[in-house]
Amino acid sequence: MTQETGHDLVIDVSGLNKRFGDKHVVRDFSMQVRRGEIYGFLGPNGSGKTTTIRMLCGLLTPDSGSGTCLGYDIIRESAQIKRQVGYMTQRFSLWEDLSLRENLDFIARMYDMRDRKAAVTRTLEQLGLISRQHQLAGSLSGGWKQRLALAACMLHEPKLLLLDEPTAGVDPKARRDFWAEIHELAAGGISVLVSTHYMDEAERCHRLAYISFGELLASGTGTELIDQQGLATWTVAGPDLTELEKRLLGTTGVLQVTPFGQTLHVAGEDERALDAALAPYRDDDRYRWTRSEPTLEDVFISLMGTAQDNVQ
Amino acid sequence: MSRGPFSLSRWMGIIIKEFIQLRRDRLTFGMIVGIPILQLLLFGYAINADPRNLPTAVLAQDQSPYSRSLIAALQISSYFRITELADSEQRVDELLRLGEVQFAVTVPVGFERALVRGERPVLLVEADATDPAATSNALGALSQIAQRALDRDLQGALQVHIADPPAIDLRVHRRYNPEGITAYNIVPGLLGVILTMTMVLMTGLAMTRERERGTLENLLSTPARPLEVMTGKIVPYILIGLIQVALVLVAARYLFEVPMQGSLLLLFGVVLLFIAANLTLGITFSALARNQLQAMQMTFFFFLPSLLLSGFMFPFRGMPDWAQVIGNLLPLTHFLMLVRGILLKGSGIAELWPQLWPILLFTAVVMGAGLRVYRRTLD
Repeated sequence: MTQETGHDLVIDVSGLNKRFGDKHVVRDFSMQVRRGEIYGFLGPNGSGKTTTIRMLCGLLTPDSGSGTCLGYDIIRESAQIKRQVGYMTQRFSLWEDLSLRENLDFIARMYDMRDRKAAVTRTLEQLGLISRQHQLAGSLSGGWKQRLALAACMLHEPKLLLLDEPTAGVDPKARRDFWAEIHELAAGGISVLVSTHYMDEAERCHRLAYISFGELLASGTGTELIDQQGLATWTVAGPDLTELEKRLLGTTGVLQVTPFGQTLHVAGEDERALDAALAPYRDDDRYRWTRSEPTLEDVFISLMGTAQDNVQ
Repeated sequence: MSRGPFSLSRWMGIIIKEFIQLRRDRLTFGMIVGIPILQLLLFGYAINADPRNLPTAVLAQDQSPYSRSLIAALQISSYFRITELADSEQRVDELLRLGEVQFAVTVPVGFERALVRGERPVLLVEADATDPAATSNALGALSQIAQRALDRDLQGALQVHIADPPAIDLRVHRRYNPEGITAYNIVPGLLGVILTMTMVLMTGLAMTRERERGTLENLLSTPARPLEVMTGKIVPYILIGLIQVALVLVAARYLFEVPMQGSLLLLFGVVLLFIAANLTLGITFSALARNQLQAMQMTFFFFLPSLLLSGFMFPFRGMPDWAQVIGNLLPLTHFLMLVRGILLKGSGIAELWPQLWPILLFTAVVMGAGLRVYRRTLD
């Protein structure tokens, strides 16, 4: 399996552009994903994540740009890409009026699978749904629907999984199980590109990319992103935090103030400026100040802010 | 159950929301405004229950002033338009079978001589009576037209032949449907109408349903090719269509006693082609429409002209030329002629070809357009 480094990239695209009418949804987008990697894809709603994923799996043709997915050209060889990619849509997109087995059987046929019946049975058993195989997919709960959808896009044993917000609206337990499964798949050599809004999920990814208004703003491992952004953060506890929040927000040197339960989370881009801004309140002995480590969430909120500034 | 008072502002809120949504759905809004205007103009001018200018062949075996003035009188009446001077009885037969003429007038040998002698010669008028509505008015006017033409010619000494009984023996042959039974036309016509309605609508909804439920994206992400999806979605409806055809044919045979002159196999072949044409259109509509309501509207937009301009409800030849051009684009127009040809005239494939290729062409063009639209589905 030791090939040139170029072949260890399952996704290698650059300069992708996509417009819908006069909306420039994805601009000059570049991305590299390595084999066996779980790559988190983050960004606010409408930032172009879904469009990018659709371009990667051949559902959409980019207006310009080039690249490969699993070594196939994303513009000319989308048929081959489709065969080896598992794409899980944001919305549940299996047939609600087909039974579980009928759904899986249909998907298996779409991929021209041999030993279809055995593969479907195996999948149903692994899911623990063999006793409910004749139930209609529409009658499943949200968590089960999502597991079925993942199983369906794994059925043809793809080398790359593209998951578009797979855990939206799923309870925490089901989400944790889901991620355990993703890690298991990645350990088995499958690469995963997953878009998400959840910070805990972002932390479970090997590497991350942050996209906003169709533009890639930052990428790297979680720690790299935190280091790149170089934020300084403080946590404060005490009375009347809402009042304090309002006053701090207007102060120069303070980038963001976020309430976390009984505490406020204060972040600034420059450590010394932040210290200066907080100095008057630090002496107030009603408040208890502690230095804290910036989190990914701080990084993303700050990235989102800069992106909006750029657009305006 | 809450039984609060009827809130006028709540009620207004609902009305306003409906209007806003209606306005957002451009296609629906366009159809609400466009359909009545378009249809009023289209059908108002096109439909004519008293068809004139019907194509007529003349076989003049006797060239005389009398036959010439008779033919002139037919033209002047505006019911008949002489399109061909046939040279034999075989040709007359052929023209009628092909449906190229509605009438054929035969002036027999020795017509002039017999007329002058007061022997009441026969003037034979054959009508393609597969659609009685197309011929009845013209045939009704016929004896008067002939009488008046001869009135002018039979002057002087010959005047004695004018009055009772008429100077000529006008014989009308209603070919293919001698008793003028409208069911012979309506029942095969209904076959086409039913197929158009159900085939276009059912397939029209097939793809939009996938789109509305979000399953289309899943389907598109699999290696399934557009041609596989389109044709695969069509096949089940072909079977449904064939069941409908079988039902209508059994009813036609045993309830309405419509004759079956031609080959049943050929009829089913033609029906299959017609079903394919409608299904292809339905699939294309469903790739175009953004939701099931739009697919439904497109279906009706196609269905109404099919009903009114195809010759099903009103005689095809009664329409002005531009409306006939539109009618000729519709598969139902040709299907009606095909079914009448097979059931009533016993036509074979060679005679049907002029009506077959337009349906084939329609299917191919729509299929091509449909595949293109489908490819762009998400882009």
